[in-house]
Amino acid sequence: MDYFIELFLSGLTRGSIYALIALGYTMVYGIIGLINFAHGEIYMIGAFTSFIVATTLSIYGFPLAAIVVVAGVAAAIWSSAYGYTVEQIAYKPLRHAPRLAPLISAIGMSILLQNYVLLAQTSDFLPFPKLIPEFAFMEPVAHVIGSSDLVILITTAMIMLALTLLIKFTRIGKAMRATAQDRTMALLVGINVDRVISATFILGSALAAIGGLLIASHIGQINFAIGFIAGIKAFTAAVLGGIGSIPGAVLGSLVLGLTESFATGYVSSDYEDVFAFSLLVLILIFKPSGLLGKADTKKV
Amino acid sequence: MWGDAMLELKNIQAGYGNVHALRDVSLTIHTGEIITLIGANGAGKSTTLMAISGIVPCRGGQILLQGREIQGLAPDRIVAMGVSQVPEGRHIFAGLTVQENLDLGSFLRTDKAGIRQDLDYVYSLFPFLAERRHQSGGTLSGGEQQMLAMSRALMARPRLLLLDEPSMGLAPLMIKQIFAIIKAINKEHNTTIFLVEQNAHQALHIADRGYVLENGRIVLTDSAERLLNNPEVQKAYLGI
Repeated sequence: MDYFIELFLSGLTRGSIYALIALGYTMVYGIIGLINFAHGEIYMIGAFTSFIVATTLSIYGFPLAAIVVVAGVAAAIWSSAYGYTVEQIAYKPLRHAPRLAPLISAIGMSILLQNYVLLAQTSDFLPFPKLIPEFAFMEPVAHVIGSSDLVILITTAMIMLALTLLIKFTRIGKAMRATAQDRTMALLVGINVDRVISATFILGSALAAIGGLLIASHIGQINFAIGFIAGIKAFTAAVLGGIGSIPGAVLGSLVLGLTESFATGYVSSDYEDVFAFSLLVLILIFKPSGLLGKADTKKV
Repeated sequence: MWGDAMLELKNIQAGYGNVHALRDVSLTIHTGEIITLIGANGAGKSTTLMAISGIVPCRGGQILLQGREIQGLAPDRIVAMGVSQVPEGRHIFAGLTVQENLDLGSFLRTDKAGIRQDLDYVYSLFPFLAERRHQSGGTLSGGEQQMLAMSRALMARPRLLLLDEPSMGLAPLMIKQIFAIIKAINKEHNTTIFLVEQNAHQALHIADRGYVLENGRIVLTDSAERLLNNPEVQKAYLGI
């Protein structure tokens, strides 16, 4: 039973991280109908930024809590700057182009950012400092859940709550929902849609950066290619849940995380991807719009 | 008899590609007037409104709002200057509540007291909206959605209200009601109204003047009364 609980909790942890990345995919898709393939790289840049900041601060002997906060904020800001810039230079000029054009542009940005980090940093795996200590009070349950899992779960839950409140109640949140539903009408009530799109990229990038920090500290190493596989997994999770749906992205991520965790635990870690993508194929066969997605009926 | 020009279109050419292009549209709307633009499907009526709102780019000509050029401005700037549109098909935010739809109507306003007052006004105009304020907009019937769409536009407290086919797809009784409300909005708030309609008969009955659009050109303009009695208009648009 302990083993089951351990797998369940580590699946939730994994799923939470996917969710932080998947939200960026699904929000951007909801607003402009684009799969932002460079999003995984934004997450990777978040991990590198927090690596640089955290390593520097730990050399100067700052307390761990301060390091986590400063590294998280720095990563969120820096990744947002990248996300914003990518949108401005690679997608905005293609706003009225056929849908394939921005998609190719997104793949191009993904390759560009990966290789830029490869050149600017290194191709080696870098040891990421352990930012989350083993808490003493966690000792009795340490065999089923680690301290960093707990921190990841709590942080993610808080971020999800904040995001929900932001989207439900703030002015920018309402503008985002309006733009996602009907862009022409959003323009006609006076919403600056360009600004809403920028805000969406900034928000999605910041979430991915936090995910980057948390997972890097959890796993303990990073390199320039981590964005690719994390991006593919989070994208899978977003599609699984119904792309464009925010609760769908969270649900899809948790389902994917649990599937992988149980597959690893009961079968073999070699097969975790097989199970993950088989699940995707099954869901797409029986419910093509994803778990919480709406069927795409275009009104004329 | 009317105030100064609220809106002037001078030789407007507009459109995406070659579809529904406006070739040469000139018209004037005075402050406080109800003007209707009638024409067949595809004549460019909706494109005219979308060009005024800044959604469809103008390729040539001038649009003056109270003497100031607005062509080329971003749509949100045009809304901020007092031009609201109820587009064809109503475009209710179906997943948002009635209240949120109305809130979005006043998106650019910051005068809380005024917004409150206008909200009370539209709720008194359409009490069913108040009853269903927490219901999602998509659950309303066609006629109710039209009233919500008009209320949303009023929440911007516009000087100029652009209405695109407000009677489309509605039952005759509902159509009567909608036109009565349009007239009332014009009277009570001195809101200038530019009404695009296929239902030329009803539109000409409440309008002061009308323009006839054919293939992207204005071919005829006159007082609404004379247009109603014009044999050619009767034959082409009134089915007489």
